[in-house]
Amino acid sequence: MSSQYDLEIQTALEDPTSRPHLVMGGATFASIDDDVAGVSEGFLKKTSLAWYAMFGASISVLAMLGAVVVYLISTGVGIWGNQSPVFWGWPIVNFVFWVGIAHAGTLISAILFLLKQDWRTSINRFAEAMTIFAVCCAGLFPAIHVGRIWVVYWLFPIPNQMEMWPNFRSPLLWDVFAVSTYATVSLLFWYMGLIPDLATFRDRATSKIRQGAYAFFSLGWTGSSRHWHRYEKAYLILAGLATPLVLSVHTVVSFDFAVSQLPGWHTTIFPPYFVAGAIFSGFAMVLTLMIPVRAIFGLQHIVTLRHLEVVSKVILATGSMVGYAYAMEFFVAWYSGNPYEQFAFTNRAFGPYAWAYWIMVSCNVISPQLFWFKKLRQSVPALFVISIFVNIGMWFERFVITVTSLSRDFLPGSWAYFQPTPFDALTLIGSFGLFFTLFLLFIRFLPIIAISEIKGILHKQESHH
Amino acid sequence: MEGNIFPAWTSKVRDLLPLALGGGGLYVVTLVTFGFSPETLAVGYQPEQPVAFSHRMHAGELGLDCRYCHNTVEQGAKAAIPPTQTCMNCHDKIRTDSELLQPVRDSWETGEPIRWNRVHDLPDYVFFNHSAHVTRGVGCVECHGRIDQMDVVRQEEPLSMGWCLDCHRNPEDVLRPVSEVTNMEWEADDQAALGAHLAAERGGINPPVLSCSGCHR
Repeated sequence: MSSQYDLEIQTALEDPTSRPHLVMGGATFASIDDDVAGVSEGFLKKTSLAWYAMFGASISVLAMLGAVVVYLISTGVGIWGNQSPVFWGWPIVNFVFWVGIAHAGTLISAILFLLKQDWRTSINRFAEAMTIFAVCCAGLFPAIHVGRIWVVYWLFPIPNQMEMWPNFRSPLLWDVFAVSTYATVSLLFWYMGLIPDLATFRDRATSKIRQGAYAFFSLGWTGSSRHWHRYEKAYLILAGLATPLVLSVHTVVSFDFAVSQLPGWHTTIFPPYFVAGAIFSGFAMVLTLMIPVRAIFGLQHIVTLRHLEVVSKVILATGSMVGYAYAMEFFVAWYSGNPYEQFAFTNRAFGPYAWAYWIMVSCNVISPQLFWFKKLRQSVPALFVISIFVNIGMWFERFVITVTSLSRDFLPGSWAYFQPTPFDALTLIGSFGLFFTLFLLFIRFLPIIAISEIKGILHKQESHH
Repeated sequence: MEGNIFPAWTSKVRDLLPLALGGGGLYVVTLVTFGFSPETLAVGYQPEQPVAFSHRMHAGELGLDCRYCHNTVEQGAKAAIPPTQTCMNCHDKIRTDSELLQPVRDSWETGEPIRWNRVHDLPDYVFFNHSAHVTRGVGCVECHGRIDQMDVVRQEEPLSMGWCLDCHRNPEDVLRPVSEVTNMEWEADDQAALGAHLAAERGGINPPVLSCSGCHR
């Protein structure tokens, strides 16, 4: 999976005057167009059996998800393992898992944009797309978990003859607003950024249908100065609006737990700890997806090893925060003097779910620490493997938090060990089908790298080294 | 302009689209809220009955008490529909050859009950109890309207959850002395004072407002 560009970076000395460019290979405006649009246009020139194989597999898994959801709705949530006392089983675990992954997109597109981090341009489109698709997967779980999905609109404060309103004091309602706001803003942000690139696709289109479709979605973009002026203003405003969302969404998700009074959930550390974990998992997913895509489509000179290395540093930083939070939870449990709190954490690490706890610790705390070594940060296979470990670890983190606290609460008489059913597993696997189906369509039909933004940094690297 | 492959008028459509989408959303919510409300769909329901029984004549002109026929309202959850026997208490002596009463006499002879059509029908997941209301001084008229003026009974009130809650939140607006429950013409001189007094009597009137299980068991 390594290329000549990767080697160039690996052999470059740590000398600020000869730092490798963000975009390598002597790229020009025209070559960027060809390289990025070429990914989508390549499918027109040559039938890609690999794409069809992957798409076929993804959409089959998605169809399986559809069947499971139909069975779920017609039968009831009893097909899952959610059972007293663990009424929040895998559905909420999967929800938090996917929402967490969705955090990399806005962080890269909004916060790094405001901080003028030029390296974001190579991966922001990709990460934003991942965000939207992950939010779709996340939104699915609470929706199908409500039981009576035909009245799911009760989640929203719509005037009705019952004069019945959602409970505004419940963090579950805040969650509805937080996630739907996040989905809306992310989608707008993503689409806004796509407009100039869609116009590029339109102008390069060779068939009428392709031209018409891209023309429709590029909203008449001509690239005039007035268009650019307004575009950049709007982009800045959206970046400003999206920035607080990076912090607020997972904060509100953590309130689902922290506002309740269950030992192991009722802690003030949850909001920052959840946000760090979300960024951690989101960046890991960016690596997991980006590494194969850049290799398959020959984009190593645009998404360089330097980009991957920066992402790995973010993973190292947020992974350390997560590790610190795990340790701090134990400290606070001990320091609080509360026997229930102390029991909850001893039980987490050494109780019946110790296996899950230690998988979580190995994947989330130990594996990112390997990124202290430059050799591993610059090794594409190592980056890929560790990113997958982080994905696994973050799923287990949500499992550990949700299930261990619920399965053993105040009353030993109501303790029980959580048993997932095959349908729990099928729903989780199915959500990956949804994710990858959307993702493969994205690769095939949309610019996977922000062409216009990459062009914006090209001149910078020419003028000063 | 270069790149624009659509005719100029499409820009207008594009500019109007957000308005149409926003307005459309608002329209749907408004339509569903008011159009699907029982206020629109259920009020005025007036099915034809198998017997041309007139409440206006019996309860209004003749002054029969509601409880003569609907005799379970003070003890039971449901207001009984009278059996043919109740009709025949009078009608085996009065108007024994009336054409309109032929179905009643048929029922009496065959023992086959008259199949009345239910007018006031709550959903099965609501547990409404007549005795809880009648014995605390909620008049029949509050929910059923002026039955004593109807030849054919029609639904006057929406019977929606919001409508129930209007009273449950402010019971003093409708409470009356228990002796006047079936009196359709009764009106308080000062409902505010009387209602407050009655609501405070006998440990107070506390209809379920916040607990779902008060009505949905």
